[in-house]
Amino acid sequence: MCAKRVKQSPRQVETTGHQWDGIEELNNPLPRWWVWVFYATIVWGVGYSVAYPAWPLISAATPGLLGASTRADVATDIANVDAANSAIKEKLIAADLTAIGADVELAAYAERAGAAVFRTNCSTCHGSGAAGFEGKGYPNLLEDDWLWGGTMEDIHLTVTHGIRNTTDPDARYSEMPKFGADELLDKDQIAQVVEHVLQISGQEHDAALATEGATIFADNCAACHMEDGSGDRTQGAPKLSDKIWLYGGSREAITHTVTFSRFGVMPNWNTRLSEDEIRAVAFYVHGLGGGE
Amino acid sequence: MWDYVKLAVLGLIALCAAIAANYARDLAYMVNAITVMLAAGLAFLWVLRRVGEPNPHNPNEYMDGVVRAGAIATAFWGVVGFLVGVVIATQLAFPQLNFEWLQGYDNFGRLRPLHTSAVIFAFGGNALIMSSFYIVQRTSAARLFGGNLGWFVFWGWQLVIVLAATGYVLGASQGKEYAEPVWYVDILITVVWVAFLITFMGTLFKRKEPHIYVANWFLLSMILTVAMLHLVNNAAIPVSIFGSAQVQLYSGVQDAMVQWWYGHNAVGFFLTAGFLGMMYYFVPKQAERPVYSYKLSIIHFWALIFLYIWAGPHHLHFTALPDWASTLGMVFSVILWMPSWGGMINGLMTLSGAWDKLRTDPIIRMMVVSIGFYGMSTFEGPMMSIKAVNSLSHYTDWTIGHVHSGALGWNGMITFGVLYFLVPRLWNREGLYSLKLVSWHFWLATIGIVLYASAMWVSGIMEGLMWREVDANGFLVNAFADTVVAKFPMYVVRALGGLLFLSGALIMCYNLWMTVRAQPARATQHSAVPAE
Repeated sequence: MCAKRVKQSPRQVETTGHQWDGIEELNNPLPRWWVWVFYATIVWGVGYSVAYPAWPLISAATPGLLGASTRADVATDIANVDAANSAIKEKLIAADLTAIGADVELAAYAERAGAAVFRTNCSTCHGSGAAGFEGKGYPNLLEDDWLWGGTMEDIHLTVTHGIRNTTDPDARYSEMPKFGADELLDKDQIAQVVEHVLQISGQEHDAALATEGATIFADNCAACHMEDGSGDRTQGAPKLSDKIWLYGGSREAITHTVTFSRFGVMPNWNTRLSEDEIRAVAFYVHGLGGGE
Repeated sequence: MWDYVKLAVLGLIALCAAIAANYARDLAYMVNAITVMLAAGLAFLWVLRRVGEPNPHNPNEYMDGVVRAGAIATAFWGVVGFLVGVVIATQLAFPQLNFEWLQGYDNFGRLRPLHTSAVIFAFGGNALIMSSFYIVQRTSAARLFGGNLGWFVFWGWQLVIVLAATGYVLGASQGKEYAEPVWYVDILITVVWVAFLITFMGTLFKRKEPHIYVANWFLLSMILTVAMLHLVNNAAIPVSIFGSAQVQLYSGVQDAMVQWWYGHNAVGFFLTAGFLGMMYYFVPKQAERPVYSYKLSIIHFWALIFLYIWAGPHHLHFTALPDWASTLGMVFSVILWMPSWGGMINGLMTLSGAWDKLRTDPIIRMMVVSIGFYGMSTFEGPMMSIKAVNSLSHYTDWTIGHVHSGALGWNGMITFGVLYFLVPRLWNREGLYSLKLVSWHFWLATIGIVLYASAMWVSGIMEGLMWREVDANGFLVNAFADTVVAKFPMYVVRALGGLLFLSGALIMCYNLWMTVRAQPARATQHSAVPAE
């Protein structure tokens, strides 16, 4: 490759006298800066290991002259934050739920604390922007189409006990019948009632089928979803007369919902979050835009 | 006689593998058992057809066939590893590429160990085995020890790679980073590695040179230490001899500590000491200059291998690991800085008097850049091991950037240089097909690494700052998903950098292929004559 052999400059130092496959070794001294930096790191290393926990002995390691401990540091940090926030936390727990917003300082705290709780615990399903996941059953929390109510008390109750879970007896509960799977309605009837739902939600539909579907709707669905499809928040029955859908508003999606039903679950947070955290996150969600 | 022993052993292995495949408790185990059965069967036929034939090799000739095979395997697995890397980098930017129809097989989680093992153990491992065999013969002026043992090492290693890779995709993994292969692959690795040690040591023992060249110290330290690390870290009890699952011997923080003692020294001895061995031979050969300092090579060798082995705990800062272990990991890492740089100084200063070659010889340029990246990552490593820095960098993309500036820059570039050096010599060709294509490779790879590393630095530091950002009341400001969204542009740049690096490697393969195909032959002596 490099046919031309480069002329070597006059050697400053001798080689070691050995040769391997044409390779020789010069006997240059160690670079001074290299040696000194090496020594410096060793001296620093010894000093550091005296100052900090380092040398393992029989039953424990040397604690170090500075008494440093990362576990103690974390505990101190957490204790400091807790101490700084303890007064306002108590105030938050004592406050009337609807009065939090009126206290500027308390509202600012609840807003930040709630946002942090939300990002850590709620964003997994509801999205970090709280817009939910349309069609997959994770409600959008930014608008006012509430399933179980949008007042501070409602949201607080939902967060505390959750929905349709098996871990909290006070969880909000309701169950839509599986009209198709349990043969409460036949295929034709389901097709008719779906057209009716498409009609009341202002979508393209078959008018003849929808008219027949109106009777079926009145007999089977209106008890929960109301005559006009406006829903019932006391039993978490969604409003059907708008364009906001939890599991999708297409003909196929609604047919699937009527046939097999849906059973959206939300955990109860009272075992994982403290009361002040629940109040904070309820306040945060309430303030996202749809609070009532 | 010996042939019949071989036939009996191979036949027995094929039979046992067939039985194992029949009783297999999981798909990965079954596929692996069938692979072993086929490999043993093919080897059986190969031996059978040659029974009784004399083995006419000249004991004074170097055994270069296995080095040639190693060069091909290095280039092949390099391209495979880089390709999988580009795929998973793109998956991180565009998660839709975890296709629904390939669910369970092409997911990031399955492909990621495929990438790391392919580049470290398939590409790097073949590069090391190939270079060791070449270097130890040349610098000992002796043919490789052990007859066909070198070939056993080569083919055994390829089998390890195939078993591990198919296992990962089908779900067999030990779940330890860089030690994912399951128990029976670990046993095979041990057998192959011991054969590697015997071949290497045997050649050293029968050397005709009075002294052992420095490159061989590094290579031997690599072989010995990797053997120790592998045995200790993979201590496990199989759930069944017919399944790929196993239970680790250690648990909790002890297991974590053993794992990172292993993991860090896989970097230290496989990717640092071993590749320094390559550097110590190929850089002076290509530059045609003496090694800069014999003294420095001794001091930094012993300092490096003594200190490296203690640095593992810095991977576990701020975890369940006790503070004292954390401190020691950090202190040894910082002291390791200068011993690591000893190799860089010796490599770069060897070029003094030949700096003009940087303009004319793209291979030297590759080696110099590789030593440069070695210097950068061995400074960055100690810095990241400092607890204050680590509290920002840990778990972020900064670590990924650090690893890749070392792996692509140092290991990749030096291996490319070595392949360009070796192929014309191994196939007796008059120089490379095209030096211009080497320049193209050089620039594509360099720009690729720079894009990759800078994207990961930006993304890692940003991510670290976002994770630790708290408001006036001590509440976290960002959700994890916020950092994922923020990193998207950097992930695209990173994938692009990887693509450039991969294109460079493909150009290299073409160039090497044409060198063998189209370059005129050269008459050379390959006999083992001691350099006086």
